[in-house]
Parts: sequence; C-alpha cells; structure tokens
Amino acid sequence: MASLLSPLHTFGRYLELMAKVFARPERMRMFFKQYVKEMQQLGVDSIVIVLMISFFIGAVICIQMKVNIQSPWMPRFTTGYTTREILLLEFSSSIMCLILAGKVGSNIASELGTMRVTQQIDALEIMGVNSASFLILPKILGLVTMIPLLVSFSIVAGFAGAYAISFVGGIITAEDLTYGLQHGFNPWFVWMGVIKSLFFAFIIASVSAFYGYTVEGGSVEVGKASTDSVVHCSMLILFADIFLTQLLS
Amino acid sequence: MIELQGVHKSFGDKSVLIDINARFDTGRTNLIIGQSGSGKTVLMKCIVGLLTPTRGQILYDGRDFVTMSKRERTLLRREMGMIFQSAALFDSMTVLENVMFPLDMFSADNLVDRQRRARQCLDRVNLLEAERKFPDEISGGMQKRVAIARAIALNPRYLFCDEPNSGLDPRTSLVIDELIHSITQEYQMTTIMNTHDMNSVMGIGESIIFIREGHQEWTGTKADVLRSHNEHLTDFIFASNLLKEARQALIAKQ
Repeated sequence: MASLLSPLHTFGRYLELMAKVFARPERMRMFFKQYVKEMQQLGVDSIVIVLMISFFIGAVICIQMKVNIQSPWMPRFTTGYTTREILLLEFSSSIMCLILAGKVGSNIASELGTMRVTQQIDALEIMGVNSASFLILPKILGLVTMIPLLVSFSIVAGFAGAYAISFVGGIITAEDLTYGLQHGFNPWFVWMGVIKSLFFAFIIASVSAFYGYTVEGGSVEVGKASTDSVVHCSMLILFADIFLTQLLS
Repeated sequence: MIELQGVHKSFGDKSVLIDINARFDTGRTNLIIGQSGSGKTVLMKCIVGLLTPTRGQILYDGRDFVTMSKRERTLLRREMGMIFQSAALFDSMTVLENVMFPLDMFSADNLVDRQRRARQCLDRVNLLEAERKFPDEISGGMQKRVAIARAIALNPRYLFCDEPNSGLDPRTSLVIDELIHSITQEYQMTTIMNTHDMNSVMGIGESIIFIREGHQEWTGTKADVLRSHNEHLTDFIFASNLLKEARQALIAKQ
C-alpha cells in the first residue's frame, strides 16, 4: 500500500510546489532579469549541442533510409521523404527533448539542489521572497519560450546533415533529396512538433526543478536528485508523447 | 523584542524542544548556546519561521508569528536579516549584487540609491574593495561580512545569526562577533545568535540561554556564567582544563 501511495504523495508535493511557483512575481523587474538569464542559460546555451546532434542524426537517418529502405521498386524520393517525416514528427521534438532533459534537466536540478543544501533558498525565504516562484517560474517560462527556436534549429540542422551526406557520401543526389523533402509536405507536422515540444519543455523544467528544490541532505542527495530528474523527465516525455501524438495526428 | 512562550517542537514522537520560555531584548546581543544536537538550530529555525513549533507562541513585539497570516508573515520577514552558518551568499552574483538583492526586491529606491545603500553597508563591514568579486573569490570571513552587509541592507529590526563563527579562525571570529555586537547597538536591533563558541559567550553574551537536550537549562549573562554552579553549563563552556583554570583565576580575581 505504501509503495502505491508514494508516487501519489510525490505528485501531491509536485502540485503544491507548482501552486507556489505560479504566483504573481513580487518584483517584475527582477522577474524579467531572471527570465532573460534563464532563456540564455537554458535555451541559447543549448543551441550548439542541438545543432550538432541534429546535423549528425539527420545525416545518419538519410544513410539508413537510403541503404535499408530504398529499392529499385520504390520512388527515388523515398529517402528524402522519410528523412523529413522522421525529423519533423519525432526526432526534432521528442528525441531532442529527451536529450535536453539530460542537459537542461540535470542542470536545473543540480543548481536548485545546491542552492537548497547551501541554505541559499532558506536565505530567500527569510527575506520574505517566494523562493519557488522567484527561482522556478523564470526557468519554466524561459525554456518554454526557447524550445520552438531549438526545435526549428534542430529541423534545419537535420536537413543540413542529410544534404551534407548526399554531397560527401554521394549516396543520393541533391535533386532527389530536395524532391523527397518537399514531396507531400504538410505544414501541420511542423506545428505538431512545436506544440509537443512546449509540453515537453514544461515537463523538463518543472519536474527537474521539483527534484532540485526539494533536496534534503548534502552533495550525494544533489547528485541523486539530478539523476532522478533526468530519469523521470525522460519517462514522462515518452509517456506524454504517446498521448500528444494520438491527440494531434 | 522577541518573546518565546512555551515553545515545543517534535519530529514524529521525538521531542526536540521542550517548553522554551525566553525574552530577547532590543539593542542587545542575545545568545542561544548549547552543544551540537541540543536543539538550538531547531529553535532558531522555529523563531525565523523555517519550522513551525508544535506548541507555543513566538511574539515579535507582541505579534504572534505562529498564528499570523501568510501575508503578515511575509511582511514581518522583511524586517528580519539573517546570517547563516554557511553565509548562504548567492554564488551567481557579485558581492555588490548580493548586498543589493534585498533592496532590488523590496526597496522603492532607484538604482543609484540602491547602489549607494549597498556600498554603505559594504563600507560598514570594510569590504568596499571586494564589491566586484564573486563569493568563491573571497575568504570565509569575508563571506560572513558580506552576509552581515546583506542582512542589514534593509535596516532590519531583527537580526538572526546561526553559528556565524563556524569554520573561522579565532581572530576572524572575534572580528565577526564585534561587528555583530556593534551593528546591533547602532541599528537598535533585536539580535539572536546561535553559538557554541566560548569566546563569543564571554565576549558579547549580554543575554544567554543555555539549551541542553531540548530543555532550557540556564539563563543569564556572561558575568553570571562565571558564577554559575550549573554543572552542565560550566562543563560546556569551560570544556578544557586550561579554560577551567582560567575560570578559577577570574573568580579569584573578582
């Protein structure tokens, strides 16, 4: 019974924290300062890794499609077409957010956890500051604001990777790839990726903030909170992906 | 003035504080002393509202902190300053930004006035030259002084210090003690300080309560400590033979 109630208890504490987080900021000037800082720290600082991973995965998907899917019985645009669909529908939204759960999620959990164990959060509370709102709200809004940009960059970098391999590897002509990428294009798929990523961004920022903010103990617990946040964010993203894909398709 | 009336605190069935009654006067350095694990940090956390007492009243100039509304608590907290054992400076901010933080959050002054006030506070703790440094670029003693500057930025009525000498050498400890004592008198604050440092007790202990195993065992001043026949208190304060001999010498001198 206790093991059944434990996740419910955790979920209840998460909701309590979110109720504190979504309070009106005490000083809008300080809130915007934090908000801009978080957009830079969580979003802008992730652009390079998003571009690199997307570029290489785009190239690998293109090779895999050409080698394993395309045959003389299939149209030549198949490689470009399937590469585009994979990038738009799953990679640049869901898989990219799983990667960001590792980078951004652990960053948020360890930052807040360290602030907790070094009494910086207590210091905020003593001053009469709503520490949950002051620290977490800018992170959630910052990541939710930046995620459409990261998804767009990921899509473009994935296509760039596919083009690069078509030139360097010579496995497909640029014309066939271009034709495949444009064939039967449905703009809704881009929006679908962006909408899904907004939910995933909220999961990454809020869940990892919960694990960091509620740390009790020392550096070992901060490390554990960081790991827990990545594991739970990843599971929740995959779980939410099923519902969102069904809902939006 | 802060008054504690019948304060109890339990965690599950374990009582950590039992019937604490004390009065902390304004303009004095009030010390809470006791061994590690005696309950003094829990008492401090109850007083500042980081923990809620199981029973009892905590009166800030007659206002009961335990029963007041969340809004009243938030407003009262803006009259408090606290110096933590670890200094608890915000490590992503410079020294000046740390001291400016309470002003940025709660002061209606413009940027120039806020900076001027923060520099005044830094000057008061002799740290004006370190304003551009980050907390990890300055020593532990300097961090404590920055914490003092941050705590007084909003002219608080109540100052709390949780083992401010922890991890400092004796000379730096004396500097911190003197600073807290002089600032208390200068700003006419009600200061409560947790400590197990004998130098602090004999140096600035204008009013002392001794906590042992959650009970308030003794109350007095630094002068009373010498004359006290409380075995637990004298064992705690004059722990080494050297200090015991020093005590005897002082009593004989008096």
